[in-house]
Amino acid sequence: MAKKPNEPAESAPATRSWFAPVGLAWFIPGGGHFLLKRPGRGGLILLSVAAMFLLGLMMRGAMFQPQTGDLLTTVIYTGGFIGDLASGLLYFLATWLGYSQPDMAGHVHDYGTKFLVAAGLLNILAMVDAYEIATGRKD
Amino acid sequence: MPRMSVSHFEACLLFAFFASIVLGVVTRKTDRDRMIYGLRCFGYFVASVFVLGWLMYLGHR
Repeated sequence: MAKKPNEPAESAPATRSWFAPVGLAWFIPGGGHFLLKRPGRGGLILLSVAAMFLLGLMMRGAMFQPQTGDLLTTVIYTGGFIGDLASGLLYFLATWLGYSQPDMAGHVHDYGTKFLVAAGLLNILAMVDAYEIATGRKD
Repeated sequence: MPRMSVSHFEACLLFAFFASIVLGVVTRKTDRDRMIYGLRCFGYFVASVFVLGWLMYLGHR
């Protein structure tokens, strides 16, 4: 029998508010898990993301700025900028405190740039995890 | 901010260590499974470093 449009789905899990945990998880790595009362996991995420970001700074990695041009340039620079931005407060603190490293040749600088982006990408994974916990899809 | 200089191998190990922690935390359901998965990820990262390192070495000969 067809369901009426206004009838709630019986088997669907109750959708809890996910905006605050995901927003906090972006701004403070691990913050979403702390808000959702998973302090152990939140602490590990905070430690890992912050350590990767700080290692990237100590290796003098460059921050990406969004650029347009050919497709590859747009994907690399805009994607890199999004990756940097995904670290949240760490990125804002670094830029507000004047961190501005030009892109230089050398494997240490190059690893530093990748560490900065990877910290943001790991934080995106943590944001997805916080979203799944908040909506009841995961314990 | 202190300046840091690392070798390729040290950078790969640092990356593998922290990435494995996050991958373990966000993927599995129990703490034991998370730890096993994190260790397994770390092992895969390190094994990949050795395999790719040897491939690049042999490719340059």
